[in-house]
Amino acid sequence: MAKVVLPDSFLSFTEGTRECTTNAEDYRSLVNELKERWPGLAESLEKTAVAIDGQIYQDALLEPIAPDSEVFFMARIEGG
Amino acid sequence: MIEREYKVPMAHQGYIEPHACVASMDETGRGTVWLSTQGHFDARATTASILGRNIADLKFVASEIGGGFGGKTVVYLEPLAILMSEMANRPVKMQMSREEVFRATGPTSGTVTRIKVGLKNDGSITAAQAWSAFEAGAFAGAPHMPGIMSIYAPYDLENFVVDAFDVLVNKPKVAAYRAPGAPQTMHAFECALDEAAIALDMDPLDLRLQNAAEEGTTAPYGPKFPPIGFKACIEAAKNHPNYTKPVPEGAGRGVSAGFWFNVGMQSSAEVNINENGTVMVIEGSPDIGGSRASMCLMAAETLGVDYDKVRAQVGDTESTGFCNVTGGSRTTFATGMAVTQACEDVIADCKQRAAKLWGVDADQVEWEDGSAVPGPGVNADVKPMSLAELAGSAAKTGGPIQGRASLNAQGAGASFAINFADIAVDKETGKVDVLSYTAIQDAGTAIHPAYVEGQMQGGAAQGIGWALNEEYIFNKDGVMENPGFLDYRIPVASDLPMIETEIVEVPNPSHPYGVRGVGETPIVAPLAVCGNAVSRAVGLRITDLPLSPPSILAALDG
Repeated sequence: MAKVVLPDSFLSFTEGTRECTTNAEDYRSLVNELKERWPGLAESLEKTAVAIDGQIYQDALLEPIAPDSEVFFMARIEGG
Repeated sequence: MIEREYKVPMAHQGYIEPHACVASMDETGRGTVWLSTQGHFDARATTASILGRNIADLKFVASEIGGGFGGKTVVYLEPLAILMSEMANRPVKMQMSREEVFRATGPTSGTVTRIKVGLKNDGSITAAQAWSAFEAGAFAGAPHMPGIMSIYAPYDLENFVVDAFDVLVNKPKVAAYRAPGAPQTMHAFECALDEAAIALDMDPLDLRLQNAAEEGTTAPYGPKFPPIGFKACIEAAKNHPNYTKPVPEGAGRGVSAGFWFNVGMQSSAEVNINENGTVMVIEGSPDIGGSRASMCLMAAETLGVDYDKVRAQVGDTESTGFCNVTGGSRTTFATGMAVTQACEDVIADCKQRAAKLWGVDADQVEWEDGSAVPGPGVNADVKPMSLAELAGSAAKTGGPIQGRASLNAQGAGASFAINFADIAVDKETGKVDVLSYTAIQDAGTAIHPAYVEGQMQGGAAQGIGWALNEEYIFNKDGVMENPGFLDYRIPVASDLPMIETEIVEVPNPSHPYGVRGVGETPIVAPLAVCGNAVSRAVGLRITDLPLSPPSILAALDG
């Protein structure tokens, strides 16, 4: 199962859960799974960036997730 | 164990051209705005939202910019100019004075950062803890998140903690400034590492090399790094003649790492082939650092034509597709990717046209050196057709030749740097002289090396100014007392030596030409470089910036 790591800003919606696993095969499925488990996360998930196996996506949708993937949610980066 | 508290002052982006715009509205509520901006599409959207207008009624034209550095990603004047143009039934020009720029537009956050870092005798870092408070101004929005995500980024740490706070204060609302948040936090950690190197009697580059992140290292903000060039930068610094020479008498040598994530975001580009085969690139990213030249180079390389045959133009919001702001070191990466894809679109079209003329299938046509050439097995009488020849016969093969691409670029590559400088301090007056300054950075592939060097030199100059002199000075009533370049002292040419540069090129595998992005990283290292050099020169750790004569004298007086 893929490993999913959640940032501190999500913890108030996840009863303190920092990590979980998933069988989702793409990012959209993972987001739907997380929303179902923790409905309060819905708004945060719309505003987050994500790194899947080291590749950072500012706006992910259908990016594939493999059984051995590592998925890190993180703050969006812009810059000056 | 090293434990210190460091302060970095609120500082302005210091662009020479003030905020300015002209709005010309007609009686139907439609009109045009010419403005100094890093992103005319985003400025149009924000302005339309403020005024409750349809974005399709507003044409925004980005003028040639006189500096932005993040500060021109914010809308200040445009909604007012539009309303006044409608009231006056005339074009209306608005331009801030220098004082208005300082008082009313966003600086970056002043910060307090507390660092605790533990190391073994061999220099390996065992654990690090950071606490950082960022001034936001009257509304939330300080760059504390990228600040804390950057602080340990160059290093492979197993044990670390960071806490950061977005603190509301009665000061100007902050805005983006080159690598937002990273210079402040990394100043603290890089100064702590220098103090550790002194305590361990280690070369500061060796200490950094011992703990350096590389491909496969888990970044402190989560993912594993793809190929990165931090170790290559350290090795380049160790071998640089400015580092192998002795430190001048009376001076101190300061070293620091720099880092920025870089981003992709949305870009569009069109490539039109003129009737004579010359190439017109139209894209929507305001050129704040020479990006049009880089677009021309990438287009020329992809199409296989001479650079002199390519021109690039930044289109307005009605003449090209959407582009996010020029910022985050994204333009050469993301818009360059769009330009490259648009050129590939042209090539695919040209191969089909050649196939029509030759009476063969398109997959039997190849593209080499700017020409369609017959593939293996095609009739030997068929002769290659150059882009100019294909453009000349375009009327017979389907009309004008054009390629397009729109994308949300993914895979931006982080850019690391090592900077070092020799700095002398007059202990009687507190005056600081930067004797030499060297900036080394992994740019990925440097598409236009001279412009890459320009970014590195400009960022170094801004960072040195922030370290040595720049600060907002408020009186007891909270009024800024130095809202002008006479008293808010950015460096001038006579304050600085030649900023020497070395570009390290570790290509980003996610970009067709290996581009990472360049513009943010150069401002990150100079703060700690100056702090470390001055501290070594005077034999005393000075933790607060700026390192202006009064503050140095105060530190020396205890």
